[in-house]
Amino acid sequence: MFRKIMVPVDLAHLNNLAPALDEARRLAGWHGAELCYVAVTAPTPGPLAHTPAEFAAKLDAFAAEEGRKAGQPASAHMIVSHDPAVDLNRKLIAAISETGADLVVIGSHRPGWSDHLFSSHGGYVATHAPVSVTVIR
Amino acid sequence: MSDEADTSLPVPEGESEIIQTDYEVGQDNITPKVGPFNLDIHNPVFAFSGATVVLFTILTLVFGDSVAPLFESLRDWLTATLDWFFLSAANIFVILCLALIVSPLGRVRIGGTDATPDYSYISWFSMLFAAGMGIGLVFFGVSEPISHYDSAFGGIEIGEDGLRADWAPLGGAEGDTAAARSLGMAATIFHWGLHPWAIYAIVGLSLALFSYNKGLPLTMRSVFYPILGERVWGWQGNVIDTLAAFATLFGLATSLGFGAEQASAGLSFLFGIPPGNTFMVILIAAITAVAIISVMRGMDGGVKRLSEFNMILAGVLLLFIVLAGPTWAILSGFVSNLGAYARELIPLSNPFGRDDDNFRQGWTAFYWAWWISWSPFVGMFIARVSRGRTVREFLISVLLVPSIVSVFWMTAFGGTAINQIVMDGITAVADAPLELKLFVMLEDLPLTAITSFVGIVLVIVFFVTSSDSGSLVIDTITAGGKVDAPVSQRVFWCTFEGLVAVALLLGGGLAALQAMAVSTGFPFTIVLLFACYALVKGLLDEPR
Repeated sequence: MFRKIMVPVDLAHLNNLAPALDEARRLAGWHGAELCYVAVTAPTPGPLAHTPAEFAAKLDAFAAEEGRKAGQPASAHMIVSHDPAVDLNRKLIAAISETGADLVVIGSHRPGWSDHLFSSHGGYVATHAPVSVTVIR
Repeated sequence: MSDEADTSLPVPEGESEIIQTDYEVGQDNITPKVGPFNLDIHNPVFAFSGATVVLFTILTLVFGDSVAPLFESLRDWLTATLDWFFLSAANIFVILCLALIVSPLGRVRIGGTDATPDYSYISWFSMLFAAGMGIGLVFFGVSEPISHYDSAFGGIEIGEDGLRADWAPLGGAEGDTAAARSLGMAATIFHWGLHPWAIYAIVGLSLALFSYNKGLPLTMRSVFYPILGERVWGWQGNVIDTLAAFATLFGLATSLGFGAEQASAGLSFLFGIPPGNTFMVILIAAITAVAIISVMRGMDGGVKRLSEFNMILAGVLLLFIVLAGPTWAILSGFVSNLGAYARELIPLSNPFGRDDDNFRQGWTAFYWAWWISWSPFVGMFIARVSRGRTVREFLISVLLVPSIVSVFWMTAFGGTAINQIVMDGITAVADAPLELKLFVMLEDLPLTAITSFVGIVLVIVFFVTSSDSGSLVIDTITAGGKVDAPVSQRVFWCTFEGLVAVALLLGGGLAALQAMAVSTGFPFTIVLLFACYALVKGLLDEPR
């Protein structure tokens, strides 16, 4: 049913994402879908990379490894943002149409009281995405 | 193979000399959880800056009036003793910028040889301007030219100690209307032209180079890598970053204080609200609230939009003054003022052998110290929005464009006010207190209520844009160079900027603000002088 699965990832916190990554690979295999890993970075140096080009290389390598584990084709899509902390949600929604994905698999934390004030990224994407979204806690 | 979307930023490709270091951005950060908020802060720098700011605010509020005379004497002592130092340093920055523009190093591109600019020219200039000059131009646009004209016209006055007691620039121009006007405008433009922007340009360029080209964290300490090497991640770097954070905080609070004074004076003038501390505190609280909203919306959604709105509003007011005021005098004045600036530039920047002590120390030295304490803020902000520009393009734009706009602005506002005194014999402007001069000048032109209101909105929005971009900068410095720290941190800094401004205004008034700005400006001047050396060294290593 799904042909392309978009998986937003934070390369700095991959251990929290393990359930979402596992599920994405499983769904990709089940539907015979292509995987697309999306990450947002700032143009300034960060913990993961000195430049966006370096970040893109890391993301590519990550996507290739995930694709190999899933046995499905995988690609990477890097987004550069001036203000990642604030723009993340909008950029993720925009990425859905940019990548042509028809399913998003996104990790999220367990809901707490602060979620009454500020929605989580998973919550925002689930509410505003034009395609199906699976939220894995 | 990764694909870059059309809506995202262009990726810097091409060569740049990434500095090979094992240091990872954010490796000294800790991520505590405070209630529902996750934080991501650089341990010594945030803890020290944050604690000091909170402590300072509380102490100043508690001890109120008793600290006011202390601040005043501190300010006066610093500007009197160190005036030659500030003047010399600023001259060095101007000369370095001009030298870099013409040298082959000007071809180095920020972000790598194939980088393309992130923002259009218009957006870029708006943000540069709103960050760099805003409140000051509105507050001093009328008051400074009038002050210098007045004191120049009054001429030299020798006090009992044999030193000059007057505030005239250089030798004054006693009784000579035309010469006083020329000297007054030249002195004003001197303070808002090449020198301040050279200071910002040096900081901005250094930060941009060491971050985008060399891959080091976006914070002041990275600039010192050529000098300190790996020690830059240790206590020396912590000191540099903490100084930068303090300088930004207090430099900004000074501007906020001026802005609040003018906005509250204007509102009292227009609407008859009784002026006073309560009103000012409420005003600062309201403005800080707007700044917090802007800071939560981020760079593109908050800061950029407000800056562009403000540029349009400022442009409209400027156009109105030109058309409704003495149009021909303003247009011809622009040219003659540029000439006066060129003529008086060297005498005014001379640090030694001058006898115009009050002017040199009370205006110039104070301004330079204030701009230098502002420079990490403006510099980092400029750096963050200037990827893709060459060094030459960057320096010409940052130095010349705001200077020319400042000349035009001062000519329009100040020149109109001087005209009122000289041509129309209306001396109300000269007699009014500093914060009211703008409104008194506008009273003589049509549509006073509207223009005064626009003036107030302008000051308030500049306050907001300075506060929100300043918060982003302090946040980055205290988060070890990370630009994607949790939003709650920038809200903390935004709130405290407002609180520091309130505390200093209540505690010691503008003198307290000025004293803090100069106190933090002095050590940071030393930092910047070393940065000049590191900058040139860094540029020499880059491919062109």
